[in-house]
Amino acid sequence: MDHTETADPTRRDFLFIATGAMGTVGAAAALWPLIDQMNPAADVLALASIEIDLAPIQPGQSVTFTWRSHPLFVRRRTPAEIEAARAVPVEELLDPLARNANLPENAPATDENRLTPNADGQPNAQPERRTEWLVVQGICTHLGCTPEASTPQARKGDYGGWLCACHGSQYDTAGRVRVGPAPRNLDVPPYAFLSDTRIRVG
Amino acid sequence: MSGPSTYQPKTGVTRWLDSRLPIIRFTHDHVLTFPTPRNLNVWYTFGGILAFFLGLQIATGIVLAMHYTPDAERAFDSIEHIMRDVNSGWLIRYLHSNGASMFFLAVYIHMFRGLYYGSYKAPRELLWILGVLLYTLMILTAFLGYTLPWGQMSFWAATVITSLFSALPGIGEPIVQWLWGGFGVDSPTLNRFFSLHYLLPFVLVGLVVLHIWALHVPGNNNPLGIDVKSPRDTVPFHPYYTVKDFFYLTCFLILFAYFVFFAPEALSSPENSEHANPIVTPPEIVPEWYFLPFYTVLRSIPDKLTGVIALFAALGTLFFVPWLDLSKVRSARFRPVYKQFFWIFVADCLILGYVGANPVDATLLNTSIPLVWIGRIATLYYFAFFLVIMPLVGKLERPNPLPDSIANSVLSNAPHRTESAT
Repeated sequence: MDHTETADPTRRDFLFIATGAMGTVGAAAALWPLIDQMNPAADVLALASIEIDLAPIQPGQSVTFTWRSHPLFVRRRTPAEIEAARAVPVEELLDPLARNANLPENAPATDENRLTPNADGQPNAQPERRTEWLVVQGICTHLGCTPEASTPQARKGDYGGWLCACHGSQYDTAGRVRVGPAPRNLDVPPYAFLSDTRIRVG
Repeated sequence: MSGPSTYQPKTGVTRWLDSRLPIIRFTHDHVLTFPTPRNLNVWYTFGGILAFFLGLQIATGIVLAMHYTPDAERAFDSIEHIMRDVNSGWLIRYLHSNGASMFFLAVYIHMFRGLYYGSYKAPRELLWILGVLLYTLMILTAFLGYTLPWGQMSFWAATVITSLFSALPGIGEPIVQWLWGGFGVDSPTLNRFFSLHYLLPFVLVGLVVLHIWALHVPGNNNPLGIDVKSPRDTVPFHPYYTVKDFFYLTCFLILFAYFVFFAPEALSSPENSEHANPIVTPPEIVPEWYFLPFYTVLRSIPDKLTGVIALFAALGTLFFVPWLDLSKVRSARFRPVYKQFFWIFVADCLILGYVGANPVDATLLNTSIPLVWIGRIATLYYFAFFLVIMPLVGKLERPNPLPDSIANSVLSNAPHRTESAT
């Protein structure tokens, strides 16, 4: 600062920097469409919601649907499975957050918080029946494999929910991770009951 | 390295060309008369083998692209179409798929060669870095290509590898969706993977040109690791090394032909003969053999983000090798301590590969030792070799005396050689 000899900026310096700056901004603006084109296209986004009829699903059954090109598990839990999920204290969980798109981000991972809140304004809502239904994305939160469902007839893993064969992660009957390496509970997608036997996901 | 050009155009046409575009002079200086250390052994022929395989992959790939359809509905069928209907399609596809394996086999030998003879040391640091960059692009190209047949393993390999980026906090999810072009691996993903798989080999060609350029400035390293000091230390590249390269290329192609004609599916997963299914994950997702060591590094670490960082670090560390090895001596021939650690490192990479090929809960042979722990120890050694052993051994080891020149070293035992050869 003190001794360095710096000539006053000339008109040429100004033009040089201004041209360079404009050129950079222009190049970045031209580059953006080339990057953004790789994001999900309009037709992909348009197919982002589906409706599911729950009537044919029996207690103890877990059915896999496809939503946003990923598996979606819809599980009708037995009273024993609900009981097992409710008996676990939240402090014992690997991931204490509900990961429920229908709830605030910091909701704790209680069994209730893993379901959709029945605040859909339906007059004939039967909340106690709806606790049977667990809807989670069938994407292991480790590296995206599809976990296998454990049913009362064919148990897989120790927690009665799902077992991911890829790297050995296990989930309980509320889709919460109980054995790693998966870092998070299975995600609960945004969904709502349209009636007692119909949901819309997305 | 190359002295003044010795090219003399002989005809009017070549004289005319030489004063306008001296392409014949360039070839003459860099291919025919290029002075090359006279003691290069078989391990130095893999550069030429790699160039051959890059050419083969591009040639067979361009032809395959004439029959392949990059669409989730039709990709799998178009591969069957190539295998059953297209004239010689089966041959071209098996050359391409097994060619990838041979390409990696050759590059691993080439890289171990460089590590053994210290080919990354001054003045060849950039040559090495360009090589690691080439290897990185090869990995990327092979991964993209493996997705294209749209079998179960293609689909799930693509899912797992792209999901690696979801480990990044905050920006992970948007990045993964950007890579996919949707909410999962699907047609848009396949289409862009095809486009990039076609592009990257040409980027490889460009980098190979830089790699050879960077080689031709200081010239080849050699098994003694000492500099060329006089013309007596070198021989012209042609015919000495053109013939040598050609001979060993032929040997290597015999191995290649064995796989192509007698065991074309030996190196690929049978799961990939099944159409991709986004709802069902195969019982085990195993990468191609050439990625197994890295896969073990990933699996050895139970935390997701740390595992992904370790995976990328395993590759990234290679870029810094020129500055991690502090020894003044290049060749491991004169480094009795480093040499032992080097061979343990080779064994370590094989162990990492073996662990990666087995299920995550497997045990060692008939014992009850869990393989995951063997993988963890091997992962530890992998990093320790570069980050601890290389600098420490380089500082502490007392190397054996170096010969005064390549020519003296090679020619002094020449009579002895002739004797043993007869």
